[in-house]
Amino acid sequence: MMADTQIQKNAFNEPEERQTLVSPVRRHTIAVTVENEFGVLARVAGLFSGRGYNLESLSVAETLEPGVSRITLTTSGTDLVIEQITKQLNRLINVLKVVDLTDLVRIDRELVLIKVAAESASARDEVTRAVEVFRAKIIDAWPRGYVIEATGDAAKLKGLIDLLRPLGIKEVVRTGQVAIARGDAGGL
Amino acid sequence: MQPTVPPVTPSAPEVATRATNGSSASTARVIPPATGEKTGAEIFIDGLLREGVEMIWGYPGGAVIHIYDALYGSPIKHILVRHEQGAVHMADGYARSTGKVGVCLVTSGPGATNTVTGLANAYMDSIPVVVFTGQVPRHLIGNDAFQEADIVGITRPCTKHNFLVSRFEDLPRIMEEAFFLARTGRPGPVLVDIPKDLQAMKGPYKFPGGVKLRGYNPNLSGHVGQVKKAADLILQAQRPVLYTGGGVVLSGASAELTTLARSLSLPVTNTLMGLGAYPGNDPQFLGMLGMHGTYAANMAMDQADLLIAVGARFDDRVTGNVARFSLGSKKIHIDIDPTSISKNVRVDVPIVGDVADVLQKLNAELGRRGVTAAQHAQSIAPWLEQLATWQRTQPISYSQPDSNDVKPQYVIEQIWEATKERDAIISTEVGQHQMWTAQFYKFLRPRRWLTSGGLGTMGFGFPAAIGAALGNPDALSLCVAGDASFVMNMQELSTAVQYGVPVKVAIINNGFMGMVRQWQELFHGERYSEVNVQIQPDFVKLAEACGAKGGRARTAAEVPLLIKQMLETPGPFIGDFVVNKGENVYPMVPTGKGLADMILV
Repeated sequence: MMADTQIQKNAFNEPEERQTLVSPVRRHTIAVTVENEFGVLARVAGLFSGRGYNLESLSVAETLEPGVSRITLTTSGTDLVIEQITKQLNRLINVLKVVDLTDLVRIDRELVLIKVAAESASARDEVTRAVEVFRAKIIDAWPRGYVIEATGDAAKLKGLIDLLRPLGIKEVVRTGQVAIARGDAGGL
Repeated sequence: MQPTVPPVTPSAPEVATRATNGSSASTARVIPPATGEKTGAEIFIDGLLREGVEMIWGYPGGAVIHIYDALYGSPIKHILVRHEQGAVHMADGYARSTGKVGVCLVTSGPGATNTVTGLANAYMDSIPVVVFTGQVPRHLIGNDAFQEADIVGITRPCTKHNFLVSRFEDLPRIMEEAFFLARTGRPGPVLVDIPKDLQAMKGPYKFPGGVKLRGYNPNLSGHVGQVKKAADLILQAQRPVLYTGGGVVLSGASAELTTLARSLSLPVTNTLMGLGAYPGNDPQFLGMLGMHGTYAANMAMDQADLLIAVGARFDDRVTGNVARFSLGSKKIHIDIDPTSISKNVRVDVPIVGDVADVLQKLNAELGRRGVTAAQHAQSIAPWLEQLATWQRTQPISYSQPDSNDVKPQYVIEQIWEATKERDAIISTEVGQHQMWTAQFYKFLRPRRWLTSGGLGTMGFGFPAAIGAALGNPDALSLCVAGDASFVMNMQELSTAVQYGVPVKVAIINNGFMGMVRQWQELFHGERYSEVNVQIQPDFVKLAEACGAKGGRARTAAEVPLLIKQMLETPGPFIGDFVVNKGENVYPMVPTGKGLADMILV
């Protein structure tokens, strides 16, 4: 891989492959608290687009402290890329704290609203059964369909959507993931 | 709209005798009071005076007309440029050469957008510049008003931080924060956008007199445990190299670096941005490294078993192909910015902190180990011999011309000969002449080499030289320019003439965009696509047309004479050095190759 250049044996007797080890791409969930200043969301989003990082979801709202918001974002990258992302986020002047929640025991939640078609009796039965199984809620109903509200982690919501898809999903809206570490860990 | 700050009683002006940031002479200046009742424009002027600003670069317009009114008769010297890009480069050259913050004032819309290249340039090279832009009145923002541009949005990715002042009472605080952010930590440009109505509004104000930013706490102090680890590695290494960059200049750590290198006989190579931080004529100096670095420096990087990277960022022009970069070495990396560490190249001992602080600690730690320079030179003797051999067998050189042509490298050598006894500030534009200057001029002190390293901005060098001349009236400010680069901001010649700035320009005139031509020759089958700029102004007549002086050299014999004339003629002077058209910059590491795969002369 790097034999083109002849390398003298290094004085520290380390394997030369050390530097070419590349970790796999992994999905990360990162929590960021920011001062709620003009343009702060543009700074965070612009950092991802400007440096070519992947931004899969982003969710933001105020915290208990006035003027401070918390962003939960999900992104993917190798360990080196994720290290750069957290460092670059920290470098933004309005960013107060960055915590990578990925390796902490945590709770991930997302809320989804699904508008599904259901006209026949059997379709309507199927929807109500799915809602029960996934502990979702029907929050609107009319003769030709329902709006379903569900919360959960990404896997659960995917399961629900997959189950409803054959019936004819008209519209889906998701909040993007929020996350919090369990117990005392990962505090912002 | 009324400001909501409670009224305060104006306090008497304080007289300060402390020296302004970086200036050698302690001059008395009046610090305006922290509180009172004034217009936004007057508060702005007070804000500059409270920061010790003596000089600003700018261009008036409708959205800053109130500020220009307040500037009229104020103690601040304003330099009227001919294009806003020139203003930022002048402020940048002033900042690089003095260590102070460079300040610009421009109007909204096109005035603001013209600063973008200057901001991006200062951002890439971490130069403290504050640009103030006028903005349309608040009630018109977002309306596509005349000369409106979302300059805060436009410059977000090319400033360290930027502000839109949206409330009258925020102006004093934001001014303090802007200067604080620009000059602390890893320095950089800051932009402050001030709507016109706030400039005209009058009300009570209060300068906080200190900056507190929750989200900004640069780590200045190097970790002692990491410093000990670094010291261990340095003493164990058989083939160490100090690889140092612009961070050493910015931190003012040249003395500490020199102490470190000399105390253990360590070889030193500098990045383009780091030149001058270590004396260029020192026997331990290997020269610049990277794409056009010396054979010895690049081979040293390739074969080292320890890199001590100080205030450098493993830029692609330094590393060549990272997959082949210095594979046999451990790496210590000292930098104030954590994002620079392990960005391109994984390092073994990262030390986040101000370079001067970390080097002081490292020198103290090494001092306690009690190894002398002579002892250490003895223990790494085979390495030092190897480096000496590389230096001796492949020095930076060029072939003598086989005709009457002037070799560009010869011009640089002659400039060095003519200026080496003086306090000379050398700036460059971007391209071949920039690399030849880096290779053939010997920089002995920091802040005497001004070049656009990161962004590679053609048109930077000449305005930067004007800014440097204004900030260093006792020094010689000389710009080595390419003929293509110089025309990018040649309008600033009028600025130099207007203020009697004795700036000297040596145009290395080969009638080409030489660096692009070189790449087309070497890598694109000599298909010279759009690099011929032979229709250029007569630079001597241009100088005269603008009220400056000029001269031309066409033969080697004329070169030293023209340099002498240039240096002896008062005021701005353009020297047009007509040189060989086909000369290339060597050595060269082609893109995608490792540092050891250099093309030599």
